[in-house]
Amino acid sequence: MSLEKSDVEKIAHLARLAIDEKDVPEYARNLSNILDLVEQMSAVDTDNVTPMAHPLDATQRLRKDEVTEINQREHFQKIAPSVEDGLYLVPKVIE
Amino acid sequence: MHSKTIAQLAQGLKDKAFSSEELTRSYLDRIEKLDPQLNSFITVSAEHALAQAKEADKRLASGDPRGDANALTGIPLAQKDIFCTSGIKTTCGSKMLDNFIAPYDATVIDKFNNAGAVMLGKTNMDEFAMGSSNETSFYGAVKNPWDTDKVPGGSSGGSAAAVAARLIPGATGTDTGGSIRQPAALCGITGLKPTYGRVSRYGMIAFASSLDQAGTLTQTAEDSAIMLGAMSGFDLRDSTSVDKEVPDYTANLNDDIKGIKIGVPKEFFDEGLDAEVARTIEAAIDEYKKLGAEIVEISLPNSGLSVPAYYVVAPAECSSNLSRFDGVRFGHRCDDPKDLEDLYKRSRGEGFGAEVKRRIMVGAYALSAGYYDAYYLKAQKIRRLISDDFKQAFEKVDVIMGPTSPNVAFNVGEKSDDPISMYLSDIYTIAVNLAGLPGMSIPAGFANNMPVGLQIIGNYFDEARLLNVAHQFQLATDWHQQAPGGFK
Repeated sequence: MSLEKSDVEKIAHLARLAIDEKDVPEYARNLSNILDLVEQMSAVDTDNVTPMAHPLDATQRLRKDEVTEINQREHFQKIAPSVEDGLYLVPKVIE
Repeated sequence: MHSKTIAQLAQGLKDKAFSSEELTRSYLDRIEKLDPQLNSFITVSAEHALAQAKEADKRLASGDPRGDANALTGIPLAQKDIFCTSGIKTTCGSKMLDNFIAPYDATVIDKFNNAGAVMLGKTNMDEFAMGSSNETSFYGAVKNPWDTDKVPGGSSGGSAAAVAARLIPGATGTDTGGSIRQPAALCGITGLKPTYGRVSRYGMIAFASSLDQAGTLTQTAEDSAIMLGAMSGFDLRDSTSVDKEVPDYTANLNDDIKGIKIGVPKEFFDEGLDAEVARTIEAAIDEYKKLGAEIVEISLPNSGLSVPAYYVVAPAECSSNLSRFDGVRFGHRCDDPKDLEDLYKRSRGEGFGAEVKRRIMVGAYALSAGYYDAYYLKAQKIRRLISDDFKQAFEKVDVIMGPTSPNVAFNVGEKSDDPISMYLSDIYTIAVNLAGLPGMSIPAGFANNMPVGLQIIGNYFDEARLLNVAHQFQLATDWHQQAPGGFK
């Protein structure tokens, strides 16, 4: 598997990661090597194998649909980069 | 005092040979004096520790210490900087969280607080627990106390180095692909990764949620048993926590292991294993023969696929988990974002280091449209094959043994530019995480003057037996008592 520069740029965009232009070739090389390593899996016949999502094959626990947490908005927003009137501020999204 | 184990220190506190405050000051002094050589701590919480120690002394004096068995009341411990601690910085080894003070305590922290343990600080680690050498930390590499030109292993490298240098009697770690066992092996100490679901993941910053598990780094198996008992148990706040009673892990340490069946997988002694390490592991297994164990050759035919499967499952889950770091609610935010996308991209681009970015991108690729079946689903199927190998093996044997790591500690910088070679240092530990089994690494001797770890793998929730098997070895040998020259 050999990733092109444009593949890396596309993946970085999907992952919302800004990467320096000068680092792209190295990422392309490293990611290609990792995908080569992973490629060993394709030689194995897994047609009748059930995928394993959880080591103990446990299912998701459900709880009653009741409010159990108290509102701690102020406490949580103390560590936010930018808040106003209990809202998180981000650059304008809708013109 | 600093060479003592948790069990010995607990006895000393009980006998009033010293107070928790004296103990805490003594370890804080050691950290201040010696840690500049190792960089094993990101944060030392001296004030917090002394307040906890004074509180513990009061409880010890009143004869009513809180917590199970009370063995941890007043004992200084360190926490891997992946566990959220209310009011004390939690960085996860990343620039992304350099300014992060968690608004709550992780369940593990809660439990140690309730037991009356004293937290001296937060230990250094590979960024977001992604690494096998502790070189990916934003706070700089940790050095191996046996040879400061060498790495301590990772990702719980700070915890391992601090315990090996006797800067702290015990520390927590987390293990997603070997991150407790491999640094324990490379630093010559005892590391335990419990069964998946045994210890709550609540407040433990997530890397790969179907693999992450918290555990212990200590001098001895006995100390692991003490710490594991305090930190285990069902937690409603972790959706994969298992509702199963926590036994007294110290109760069976002294059981005779005569007649126990030890499986030795031939795949763990392949051409990738260093010859000196192989010889040391074989000698350790011979020691078990002397203790009356029966050695059975077994096969784990799919174990060779564990590294490829892991490097799909772990990055995929990491790319999903780390999407929460967006520069909006907490953590690093870039200056002057021009729009929302710029805010996300630059905050993440600036906040994450190269290895974390690589893994996020591998995961994003493996999960992207058209590739899910070929990568993630395929890896989940291989995971089943690996797990089934272990199931079959445990029909014939009680525990499985082999090397923890194919090599002793390597030089700082030796593998940092070659991710694949770094990944292969976890070749014997990863299968255990994929299967969700408990595993340990215990000191088994030296190769080229560096410590070698013997890996012991158990069946699900069979931690008590693992600890028993490890403890019996430690009664017969003194590898676990050896401390690095400059730190005796």
